[in-house]
Amino acid sequence: MNHRKQETRQHAIAYLVLLVGSIAFLFPLFWQVTTSLKTSEQTMLYPPLWLPMPAQWQNYAILFERFPFWRYAGNSVLISSTVILGTVLSNSLAAYGFARLRMPGKDLIFLLLLSTLMLPGIVLVIPQFVLFHRLNWVDTFNPLIIPAFFGNAFYIFLLRQFFLTVPRELEEAARIDGAGYLRIYAQIMLPLALPALIAVAIYTFIGSWNDFFGPLIYLSDQEKYTVAVALRYLAGGVRSRPENHLLMAAATLSIIPCIAVFLAAQRWFMQGTVVTGVKG
Amino acid sequence: MTHTTSRLTLRQREAIACACFIAPAVLGFMVFTAAPLLASAWLSLTDYALAGWPNFVGLDNYRALLEDEFWLRSVRVTVQYAVVAVPMWLISSLALALIMNQKLRGVAIFRTIYYLPAVLSGVATAMLWGWILNARVGILNLTLRFVGLQGPNWLGDEDWALWSLILISLYTMGWYLPIWLGGLQSIPTDLYEAATIDGAGWWGRLHRITLPMLSPVLLYNLMMNMIWALQLFTEPMIMTGGGPKFATLSYVLYLYNNGFKYLRMGQATAMAWLLFVVTLLLTLLVFKSTPFWVYYEGEQRER
Repeated sequence: MNHRKQETRQHAIAYLVLLVGSIAFLFPLFWQVTTSLKTSEQTMLYPPLWLPMPAQWQNYAILFERFPFWRYAGNSVLISSTVILGTVLSNSLAAYGFARLRMPGKDLIFLLLLSTLMLPGIVLVIPQFVLFHRLNWVDTFNPLIIPAFFGNAFYIFLLRQFFLTVPRELEEAARIDGAGYLRIYAQIMLPLALPALIAVAIYTFIGSWNDFFGPLIYLSDQEKYTVAVALRYLAGGVRSRPENHLLMAAATLSIIPCIAVFLAAQRWFMQGTVVTGVKG
Repeated sequence: MTHTTSRLTLRQREAIACACFIAPAVLGFMVFTAAPLLASAWLSLTDYALAGWPNFVGLDNYRALLEDEFWLRSVRVTVQYAVVAVPMWLISSLALALIMNQKLRGVAIFRTIYYLPAVLSGVATAMLWGWILNARVGILNLTLRFVGLQGPNWLGDEDWALWSLILISLYTMGWYLPIWLGGLQSIPTDLYEAATIDGAGWWGRLHRITLPMLSPVLLYNLMMNMIWALQLFTEPMIMTGGGPKFATLSYVLYLYNNGFKYLRMGQATAMAWLLFVVTLLLTLLVFKSTPFWVYYEGEQRER
């Protein structure tokens, strides 16, 4: 009985802590959205205005007028979707090879690829920039999308782990029916690995949509900006003027796709499949 | 086609197929990783400035860095950030995971809430916090004023700015929650039952069972957090530009400035190499220390 009471108390404390923390985690987003719906004067009131009545929806119209948001969103969508395609394709191909096919020296190559996981990305930034500069790729989308078609050690590792769990009998049966390696990959391995492929695609989307450093160094023509660099440009432009309501409107628009993907695909995030590289 | 392939053994055909499957990844490794890595070792010994041909300058870039007060400043800023932020992230995200790991109803909604900020754009989040922390009209200082306190100039005061960045970095700690929770859920419950029968309290169970069983996950999170902290960039870039008085000039921000603002590619590459070496050494150090604190199941150990 006493034990029961103690447990109830413990749970009550846990809920309290989680609730207070949740408010702290949700409040910034609430503040972002409500700021975006205020007039410039309302953003600076004291005591603060919690809920703007009526909501200033025209802030978004003003933003679209002054700032080609749709163009930037289009650029981001184009880059992200190409990067997803390249990532899923190149890494699943390589992972299948590493998981299932025999070749002398294969394990050594795999280890070499894995060793790049420990490499902080920043080491490669300058020499890659020099490479793309020499290729005349600066100020095009190429540096942001082409590398995605050439594998990523982390996703190869993840998908290989997944392919290893597929029973060999399935392939052997197909092989007896005369299927080649490419068909086995496309018709047996890919459908079975769908959960892992979805996880890879989702993480790639979040990473690519939010990528700041890449677009920042490679894109200089404003027409080509992605949402992330455009936001920074906007912030730099209006910092001196009291236009925080417009900044927050732009910030709100920029996070909507990620929130939507996250809410729709939550379980892929929560399983931690991709972050730990352990199959879910 | 069948005529030529029939001359190859099955083994050879399989090897050729394998080579084709992994070819894009191997090519990518060579062109986008290995070659740039080697090139950067050489670039760091030159005065390359993007235009023209690089001249070999020996170790001048490295020597110049050691005498560069901004470089020293950026090292100090980054070390201070990492030393405070990494333990803070680890402890708070683990604490949160421990609370969530109890059998609570409706805990999924909390997981969603705490994880959400981790998937949002770093630029948007930095802008949002810049607004919240605005000294004059930011909601934090307005709230403090409401209860009669004078809030500091969070981002504009050189004594506060870096601490503000450390504080707001907590906002994305939810990223590590699924990893902790995965680790916690893999601990067999009979261990806890046995411990409870033996009279172990809350602290005893945490200290004797949870932490040792969780140590491989802790190792992983520690490494990832360390690498992440050393690469601090977006927040100072957006919120402070490295100021005030260079109080938030992180290592990578200075590297960026060197390379892309002043076009000192050689110098920036030297900075990147130093960061790489330090990261490698830290990683080795952590791995060397693992026999003392990481426990792997099924492992025999004498004390």
